[in-house]
Amino acid sequence: MAPRLFRVRRITREIHDTVTLHVEPAERDGEVSFAAGQFNMLYLFGLGEVPISISSDPAEPRVLAHTVRAVGPVTNALCRLKRGQMLGVRGPFGSGWPLREAVGGDVVIVAGGIGLAPLRPILYHLLAHRDQYGRIVLLYGARTPRDLLYERDLARWRGRFDVQIEATVDAADTGDGWRGHVGVVTTLIPRAEFDPAETTAVVCGPEVMMRYTIADLQKRGLPPDRVYLSMERNMKCAIGLCGHCQFGPTFVCKDGPVFRYDRIAPLLKVREI
Amino acid sequence: MQTLEAVLAGHAFFRDLPHDDLQLIAGCGSNVRFPGGMRLFHEGDPADRFYLVRHGRVALEIASPDRGQVVIQTLGEGDLLGWSWLVPPYRMSCDARAVELTRATAFDGACIRRKCEADPRLGYELLKRFAQVIGQRLRATRLQLLDVYGTRG
Repeated sequence: MAPRLFRVRRITREIHDTVTLHVEPAERDGEVSFAAGQFNMLYLFGLGEVPISISSDPAEPRVLAHTVRAVGPVTNALCRLKRGQMLGVRGPFGSGWPLREAVGGDVVIVAGGIGLAPLRPILYHLLAHRDQYGRIVLLYGARTPRDLLYERDLARWRGRFDVQIEATVDAADTGDGWRGHVGVVTTLIPRAEFDPAETTAVVCGPEVMMRYTIADLQKRGLPPDRVYLSMERNMKCAIGLCGHCQFGPTFVCKDGPVFRYDRIAPLLKVREI
Repeated sequence: MQTLEAVLAGHAFFRDLPHDDLQLIAGCGSNVRFPGGMRLFHEGDPADRFYLVRHGRVALEIASPDRGQVVIQTLGEGDLLGWSWLVPPYRMSCDARAVELTRATAFDGACIRRKCEADPRLGYELLKRFAQVIGQRLRATRLQLLDVYGTRG
């Protein structure tokens, strides 16, 4: 599957090591429909390709946002791209968040660090279709106040009365000026207002954080088949052929990245997989 | 106006405790108020109290020579603050500061300990409940220590 050419239309510096690239198809009037939770393979010519979640609004298929953290050669180069530069894009790939299954009930979104990126599209969708859902809760944890993504979005969502937004940081110096919660994201779960019998939870973040989160959601009474998580593995081909992202009998690129927890719970307990 | 007993009965920590126990515990409690910025206690202070936060936010801090006051956790409405009153050497293990106007119920630790010594059933019940809180804090601290959002290398 050959990459399509995309042009960088805008760049938002989110935090010190993370940018959001807003890209559009190079061809005239190009569009890319995607489901909240899916990812694209971003390709820099001569350097390589990396899987990056789509972090923009699914209702806007002309400009796609990808939030990239500089952690390796390709992502470092992606973070240095300038407006107007070209890159290759393959996708979108993978499964999306369970938007239909969640209709009629409460939705709890738990994000850790850059895990908020693949969850932002679901928030856009839920808020655009607000009357179809019960309570909507976002619980977001970051390392420090300087590591919180999407500050403008967070401020806008906090201004609404029909969504509960709770952010926390793992540690803060008093000089940071942070007046919000301090503590890991799981400490927010007891404060979240939702009916466990009628709730769908969607979780994305480092795997350890997701394990702790699921345990605390279950303590609140959420059944395992109402929890969905987005897994991260070494995705290469993105179409289930190369086997790099094999996760037990599944491929994260093709069968995931969004999985229902009860279907992969045994795999999460395996030490090396 | 709600009695302290009724407030305790409505709180998850004291849920399902018999009326007599609630009465005993309420007898050691009083309502307190801390303006924003006020220190509740310092690390090493005698741990003669614990609090049930009813409104506001309290920051637990550790003083670090190179970083100043580092906030390690905040507690808010419904949270229990302080367990050092329960076990020797009865010393506070960190600093606590009201981030904003905070209202709480303060409990006299020595008073509760005396009642627990006199009634081991009540003592065991409270110990089990506090152990759960301490266990939750320990789990959270472990996750914090892992620094899961940091980059390695």
